[in-house]
Amino acid sequence: MTDHKSAPALDRSDSRVRHDEGIAGAIRGFIDRVRSGDIGMLPVVVGLVLITTVFSAINPVFLAPNNLVNLLFDAAAVGCISLGIVCVLLLGQIDLSVGSMSGLASAITGVLWMKAGLPLPMAILAALGAGALMGLVYGMLLNRFGMPSFVSTLSGLLALLGLQLYILGPTGSINLPYASPLVRFGQILVMPAWLSLLLALVPGALMIWLDLRNMRRRAAANLSSPSLSVVLAKAGFLTVALIVAVQYLNQGRGIPWMFGLFVALVVAMNYALTRTKWGRSMFAVGGNSEAARRSGINVNRIRLSAFMLCSTLAALGGVLSAARLASSSQQAGAGDVNLNAIAAAVIGGTSLFGGRGSAWSALLGILVIQAISNGLTLLNLSSSLRYMITGGVLAIAVIVDSLARQSRASHGRA
Amino acid sequence: MAMAEEPQRGEPILRLRGVSKQFGAVSALTDIALDVHAGEVVALVGDNGAGKSTLVKVLAGVHQPTGGTIEFMGAPVSLDSPGEALELGIATVFQDLALCENLDVVANLFLGHEISPWSLDEVQMEVRAWTLLKELAARIPSVREPIASLSGGQRQTVAIARSLLLDPKIIMLDEPTAALGVAQTAEVLNLIERVRDRGHGVILISHNMEDVRAVADRIVVLRLGRNNGVFTAETSNEELVAAITGASENSVSRRRARKLEEMDT
Repeated sequence: MTDHKSAPALDRSDSRVRHDEGIAGAIRGFIDRVRSGDIGMLPVVVGLVLITTVFSAINPVFLAPNNLVNLLFDAAAVGCISLGIVCVLLLGQIDLSVGSMSGLASAITGVLWMKAGLPLPMAILAALGAGALMGLVYGMLLNRFGMPSFVSTLSGLLALLGLQLYILGPTGSINLPYASPLVRFGQILVMPAWLSLLLALVPGALMIWLDLRNMRRRAAANLSSPSLSVVLAKAGFLTVALIVAVQYLNQGRGIPWMFGLFVALVVAMNYALTRTKWGRSMFAVGGNSEAARRSGINVNRIRLSAFMLCSTLAALGGVLSAARLASSSQQAGAGDVNLNAIAAAVIGGTSLFGGRGSAWSALLGILVIQAISNGLTLLNLSSSLRYMITGGVLAIAVIVDSLARQSRASHGRA
Repeated sequence: MAMAEEPQRGEPILRLRGVSKQFGAVSALTDIALDVHAGEVVALVGDNGAGKSTLVKVLAGVHQPTGGTIEFMGAPVSLDSPGEALELGIATVFQDLALCENLDVVANLFLGHEISPWSLDEVQMEVRAWTLLKELAARIPSVREPIASLSGGQRQTVAIARSLLLDPKIIMLDEPTAALGVAQTAEVLNLIERVRDRGHGVILISHNMEDVRAVADRIVVLRLGRNNGVFTAETSNEELVAAITGASENSVSRRRARKLEEMDT
């Protein structure tokens, strides 16, 4: 804000409100938000630090660059599924069939490509198309018959699993060739070091550019704007953190392209959710669908779009996991894939109650889940123990979500 | 909405004939007739269950009527969805306000009508929001707080501001003063007059006879889902109450008579 005694900025004329200025103010505002239950991604960061400390103390291999690279390879597939889950959770809905959907997509890709002899891109497109179609069905069941997504996707879970087994046939497993671009993408291909370092600079630079533009526009419109020091501090911190992380990973094999694809999807989804009318409508429908309807939003279409996105991303996750495992098998998408995808979204801070969340929660949440699973594997724990521990972490995440929600309600910010 | 279409004062905007609405076996509205002209405040009064809110929801496109005709600006229309009613220029402040508590004030004001849908123009929306709220003399501390953190009166103001955003031809207010303090009630009544003076039609629903008398040009009484007379602000309270309850011999008149007797003795 400027010193001269002109009229106060439009949003600074109410004397009852404390306005936080500068870096100290930004920190104070952040602490206030957390105390009132608006915790956002704080639990994830705390969780990641905790997990890293514990596992690296027990087994130093956990922090080895190549192990972390492996972790990123593993995270991409389920991360994509989790990104779709974020969409349906935002509406207060759920899709329990994402695991089966990913398994089916992996089977479709394998069968069409290896058995039917279709070109690979066609096979992948067919798998994604099957995902979109399934999402359309869930959306229609909800819109037309008011069938709760909990039930429709639960029956979808079984039906899709059956279809997956059916099209795989009696052999049950199709191996994908190691030399194919798909499997190389899922197992080997990493970014060159110079490119990953360059990309690490982008977010900070973009942040400064966008914020400076925003500050100029707000000043022109007589609105207050965040101080330059806060913007520079945030961007600087982000850039340093990214460069350190990228450098460290480059000491191993480097950043997987598959993980890069996942991050690009998260960034695109984040833009769509926060900066477009569609995203605003998603949050509105999740917060109060009747209010959204009365504002002229086509609630049915929003629901369709969310379910279609979710199933399509689940299908993409299936294709990626086929690439990672170099096979389409009956086991694809079975076991803990469903749970991990939903848990990642919730752990990342997307509420199960709708209307609250972000695309980033898929990225952060899947890192937590994958770190736990990777760490436990390094400890040579059996999958029985892994399931129990992951289940416990999910329970804790949901408890944190509920407590934060209660705290928001008592602080009048529900 | 082209400015050339602006209705002249006194010109009929909305004309309902024979409108009825049935929920299963229940007739919530039967054969309703209602006219609203430009620059006029029409109050809609009636007891609980008289069909006031149902009528508002029919006009807002939330419910579809089972019979009758609705004419808007001289042409018959069918209001199949809330979006269509908004497009025509019928804005509504619902009794439950219909705000999204998880979104901030700006997002709620522009919900469904965001500026530049592919890259939301937050700055322009925030400026419009402050200007609009200033016009209504609203006391909102920050437009970037979620609605959940606002008081009932502040939410009411936000809901009213939202209805004015699209510059509607007619605005319906369902119990706008029920949750408000003395000063805010006066502010809302001023606001209704300001909206009327701009040439908009206003439909006001209220249980508060004082508020109704203060601003209404005509008072339309509904009783058990039917029209039960049209009155003016000059009509006596007894007459109005009789129309609302359906008899001159009613609990209100009996109570008054008893009070008078007590005072006499």
